[in-house]
Amino acid sequence: MSKSEVSRRRVLKSGAAGTAGLALPTIFTASSAAAFTNEPTGGTVTLGFNVPQTGPYADEGADELRAYQLAVEHLNGGGDGGMLNTFSSKVLQGNGILGKKIEFVTGDTQTKSDAARASAKSMIEKDGAVMITGGSSSGVAIAVQGLCQEAGVIFMAGLTHSNDTTGKDKKANGFRHFFNGYMSGAALAPVLKNLYGTDRTAYHLTADYTWGWTQEESIAAATESLGWQTTNKVRTPLAATDFSSYIAPVLNSGADVLVLNHYGGNMVNSLTNAVQFGLRDKVVNGKNFEIVVPLYSRLMAKGAGANVKGIHGSTNWHWTLQDEGSKAFVRSFGTKYGFPPSQAAHTVYCQTLLYADAVARAGSFNPCAVVEALEGYEFDGLGNGPTLYRAEDHQCFKDVLVVRGKENPTSEFDLLEVVEVTPAAQVSYAPDHPMFAGGDLGACNSGA
Amino acid sequence: MFGLNTKDTKSLFIVAFLVVVAPFILNPFPAASAMAQFNAGYPDLMQKFVIFGIFAIGFNILFGLTGYLSFGHAAFLGIGSYSCVWMFKLLGYNVIPGIVLSVIISGIFALAIGFVSLRRSGIYFSILTLAFAQMSFALAYSVLSNPKFNLTNGETGLQVYANDPQWFHRDSLPDLPHLFGLSMRATHKLEIGAWEFQLNAGYYLCALMMLVCFYLAIRIFRSPFGLMLRAVKSNQQRMNYTGLNTRPYTLAAFVISGMYAGLAGGLLSAVDPLAGAERMQWTASGEVVLMTILGGAGTLIGPVLGAGFIKYFENIFSKINDHVLHSWFAFLPDGLEDFVVFLIHPFIGKGWHLTLGILFMLVVIFLPGGLVEGGQRLGKWLHRRKAKDTPSAKTEPAE
Repeated sequence: MSKSEVSRRRVLKSGAAGTAGLALPTIFTASSAAAFTNEPTGGTVTLGFNVPQTGPYADEGADELRAYQLAVEHLNGGGDGGMLNTFSSKVLQGNGILGKKIEFVTGDTQTKSDAARASAKSMIEKDGAVMITGGSSSGVAIAVQGLCQEAGVIFMAGLTHSNDTTGKDKKANGFRHFFNGYMSGAALAPVLKNLYGTDRTAYHLTADYTWGWTQEESIAAATESLGWQTTNKVRTPLAATDFSSYIAPVLNSGADVLVLNHYGGNMVNSLTNAVQFGLRDKVVNGKNFEIVVPLYSRLMAKGAGANVKGIHGSTNWHWTLQDEGSKAFVRSFGTKYGFPPSQAAHTVYCQTLLYADAVARAGSFNPCAVVEALEGYEFDGLGNGPTLYRAEDHQCFKDVLVVRGKENPTSEFDLLEVVEVTPAAQVSYAPDHPMFAGGDLGACNSGA
Repeated sequence: MFGLNTKDTKSLFIVAFLVVVAPFILNPFPAASAMAQFNAGYPDLMQKFVIFGIFAIGFNILFGLTGYLSFGHAAFLGIGSYSCVWMFKLLGYNVIPGIVLSVIISGIFALAIGFVSLRRSGIYFSILTLAFAQMSFALAYSVLSNPKFNLTNGETGLQVYANDPQWFHRDSLPDLPHLFGLSMRATHKLEIGAWEFQLNAGYYLCALMMLVCFYLAIRIFRSPFGLMLRAVKSNQQRMNYTGLNTRPYTLAAFVISGMYAGLAGGLLSAVDPLAGAERMQWTASGEVVLMTILGGAGTLIGPVLGAGFIKYFENIFSKINDHVLHSWFAFLPDGLEDFVVFLIHPFIGKGWHLTLGILFMLVVIFLPGGLVEGGQRLGKWLHRRKAKDTPSAKTEPAE
């Protein structure tokens, strides 16, 4: 047992130390003199590229990083200029942004919200990044978007398809170029109607997290409005790698369409399992059994190999598009890296250009000025046709592609073919649509 | 002082001093220099250092003293985080209720999980705790985040929305976690010459908490209760044969270390108001085991060192990319530059796990007592050199 002796001297000493400790925090209340967070003062400006370099979406992350580097090169005046030449706005001169040379820092999100936020925070606090972009998962994008709102920097979302990113989790400092679950549903429905008719019974397998749910909700609503029935919606754990036990019940459910609300490795495995079980050769209710993968990407098609042949889905962009913007982008990406870009690469390239352009038009890096410049901005020449950045929810509205796995691919990149380009008007929705309700943009935060 | 012996008082003061001046000593390189890449003195990382320090100190009370290897401590970290964010959502952004509740709730969970798991020892105990932690992770990740009953907000992570009640929130208070109006984000930037130092309110709050935790840990280590825990580690069976029931002691140690983890989780939310389910995953549980072993299990200061070491690698090495490497080696001829970058490439950026793994192996093989043993050896070596220089008549006992 310890003996405690309290002397007057000791009490005085501890008391003084305690008071000093309590007084300490008051020196922090002095706010800094800068007009906004990380105002670039030198000859350079720093952007933060926060992508998954490890984990299930590492392939997408690597492709995003390539596109970011290409965008920085073009903005700084290097290379062939890529989509800068086809972009409808001409304020970017190829001399960086507002004459400041662009530098960048990279980080690993590990596809985990915590790690992504830690990485983004170090970019903001240590490297002085004035804009953060990236993310290959909706959970990560939403988490980092929230952080950027608190810290007072702009967030340009990368690959995030959940309705929530610009729905209930939307933030004034966050912007999304990529399309979303609702748009996939709206674009796919008419095509599915033409292909498979109006009398179908669908069975959903859904990745059990935010993105899966919003996509399932969107697709079910879109197909039910065609007259389809939904027999069952089964949630599968994100970490699942073998879907046999989920596929077997589909055979006896009376369903004649299987909708796979899966992405990345999940989709590759579930689709492979479904094909192995012979689902595609079956005839149910007198109709051929069909499989639909609402969110498609070339990298996934590559993983699933021959199984994707003839399977329909939607995508944000595809490298075989023949407009001037897409051709210019594919050319400069191909020249630099030797293969065509994925849709993830395309969306982050566009986001970087759009941010730089907004700063140039606003004449300031101040996040609030950038927000103002991007809200309600209409542009063209970035590969998706005329596009609007809607002011109410910071979502881009543009054409959506319906694609199909190619029957006779000519190369390892030529895996998908565009079936239909669904016009933007058809995939638009009201900002207060029930699937997007409940959020609040709030006011822009410049961190001042 | 404070009921500690001279040696412990000294180590407490050393830790206190280091923690207070950390923003300065962690930023040894001028902000504009190429070496600034290795600076660790920015708020987020310093907060992580002390918070994971608390986590590791708590883990060490269980593992270092009783030898019970829990593989599920991240569950308490996550529970603490969620409790704290819920307080933000319900009461408002003051961090005090959140931190208090996170300690209480994680204590309750630790009591329940410990009561079941401590019926077994050794590997069975580890597996039971791992199972509970994975269960908590699955619950938080999907089961408890369905739209009808959304307790954890799943993959996105629990966060505060504008339409949350926040009963005690007033417009005059910051819209961020704060301590009676002092925002956790408030940072005073001190520019001295080419150097820039960041003094952050959230960091100093966490640092104060860590010092309290460190002090409590010393008291536990030196108490009769601590002695009992050590006895459990050396031979529990013998203690049982003498008619002593060790369960209450091990359960108490488990709950205390669970509460430490909960406090760490609460602080994580206090400095960054978002709680993600990944905090509960088994990798997070494994990380604290690594921290403790790397630093030196059973020592007082070891776990804090280990936590700092791992967090440094995770945050600094993962951010070095080829672009940065090229700028470092730009002075070399082109071919050679590419070759050097090619050689280093696997160990930086996404390869930080590899670098950390190699260092971990080296430490475990050559310094089984962790970084603390490294420090002791270094100290002895210096001491011996000094002794050689000035030969004294005193005979030292052989080591």
